[in-house]
Amino acid sequence: MRRHDTIAATLLSLTHAFGTALVSEQVARRPGLLQAFDPRVRVIGLFALVLAVILSHRISVIVALFVVAVLLAVLSQVNLKSLAIRVWLMVLLFTSVIALPSVFLTPGDPIVTFPAGALHITAQGVTTAVLLITRVETATPWMQILKALRAFRIPQEVVMMLAMTHRYIFLLAETAAQMFESRQSRTVGVIAHSAARHMTTRTGGVLLSKSVELSNDVFLAMQSRGFRGDAKTLSEFRMRSLDYIGLLSFLLVGVVAVWVGRA
Amino acid sequence: MTAPIFEAKQVSFSYEAIPALRDLSLSMEAGRSLALVGANGSGKSTLLRLLDALCFPSSGSISFSGNPLTPERLRADGYDLWFRRRVALLFQNPDVQLFNPTVFDEVAFGPLQLGWASTEVIARVNSMLETMDISHLRDRAPYRLSAGEKKRVALASVIVLDPEVLLLDEPTSMLDPRSQSQLIDLVQNWKGTSKTVITSTHQLEIVEDIAERVVVLEQGSVAADGTPSEILSNGELLLRANLVHAHRHKHGDMVHSHPHLHSHARHEH
Repeated sequence: MRRHDTIAATLLSLTHAFGTALVSEQVARRPGLLQAFDPRVRVIGLFALVLAVILSHRISVIVALFVVAVLLAVLSQVNLKSLAIRVWLMVLLFTSVIALPSVFLTPGDPIVTFPAGALHITAQGVTTAVLLITRVETATPWMQILKALRAFRIPQEVVMMLAMTHRYIFLLAETAAQMFESRQSRTVGVIAHSAARHMTTRTGGVLLSKSVELSNDVFLAMQSRGFRGDAKTLSEFRMRSLDYIGLLSFLLVGVVAVWVGRA
Repeated sequence: MTAPIFEAKQVSFSYEAIPALRDLSLSMEAGRSLALVGANGSGKSTLLRLLDALCFPSSGSISFSGNPLTPERLRADGYDLWFRRRVALLFQNPDVQLFNPTVFDEVAFGPLQLGWASTEVIARVNSMLETMDISHLRDRAPYRLSAGEKKRVALASVIVLDPEVLLLDEPTSMLDPRSQSQLIDLVQNWKGTSKTVITSTHQLEIVEDIAERVVVLEQGSVAADGTPSEILSNGELLLRANLVHAHRHKHGDMVHSHPHLHSHARHEH
């Protein structure tokens, strides 16, 4: 595959990924355990679990928290197969790449030594890598987080900024993919790598200009409908006894995990 | 004689060094429907943005109901809210206008910013979704809709505000013929009420249906101002303003040309 084809294919995949990554609104409307909780409880619960994973020093505890997260997903009608492909697999690949050097670089007791003698795989290095991968796998945020953040009194400007970034990343990725497709449809033969690189740089520049223009227009459109810097939203959330039970359960799981997983 | 709701006097505006409006003067009466027609780049969208006080003239002045529209005036306590409650703009590109997670949130955005009570917002948004026949899209993400659906949601998000003045920037672009026809019906329903509708378009075939008065813009200035029949019958003007093209065809051995206007949107039976 030619390099510019690879870039175009990556952009197309990104567009698709952004599209499917944002199906959380549909998931959030299904009946399920997490959906039954007040969004604020979901956010506190999420942070409690993430914090527990970060503070834990035992792989077994992190794996247990991972199982809790999977159970929550099942009870909340989240499609595990799609979650595994979209989130866990991608995170696993990326974090593996990031964690790989620690296998070799972390000082400790060598378990494998390569013939040249300069490289060792250490027990401590493997443990660090596995911990890192497991942590990120488990700590992948719940996709419905934006709406919950809004209810959790995170500054509205911040939540709106996040929501708009999500929304316009998708639009810009789609625009970029269309630009590459349009160029591909007018390209005959093989383009030299250097030329492809120049074209990609130029496309990036055009995309940047478009994004600046788009953000200006979006702001004007918001202003036109009365936005004055403090976005007002509908807030219908109320804490019930079920929410307090959920909140206590999340905090309890987090505290127990930190206690058991301490060094 | 009705008092002007908007009055633009010798307005000029440039995007950096590129002039968009040049010395434009125009007065618009309240409760009337006006179409701004002109080729691409003639200054229609810029004029609508100026009328919506989203940008301000580099020279000249614009007033709304006798009040000058200036950045200082807009910043004055409560005036921007008062103005935004009365004037709403539909942007040409619906993607610019759709930034909320669901269609319901999108339509509710404006009323919430303008300080409506939550119960009223919910009731009015639900009613608007039904009126625009988009109730089934209520919980969908706006960015995942078709171009026509996006346009309808964007339109619902401004009409729900029930403004006195509705500014529509190319409202029928991206719409299929049936949706175009529905939109024209909607604008027609507003005609004759106390509402003012200012529509920019380069689709001459819809002008008679949506406006009582037509202003032709050419290179940022007013080239003509009249009734739809006066403007549409002036072939020379339309050709010069790049709103029609010379259509060449043969009758036997003789080739001749005349201005040619397409009309498809309202041909439903």
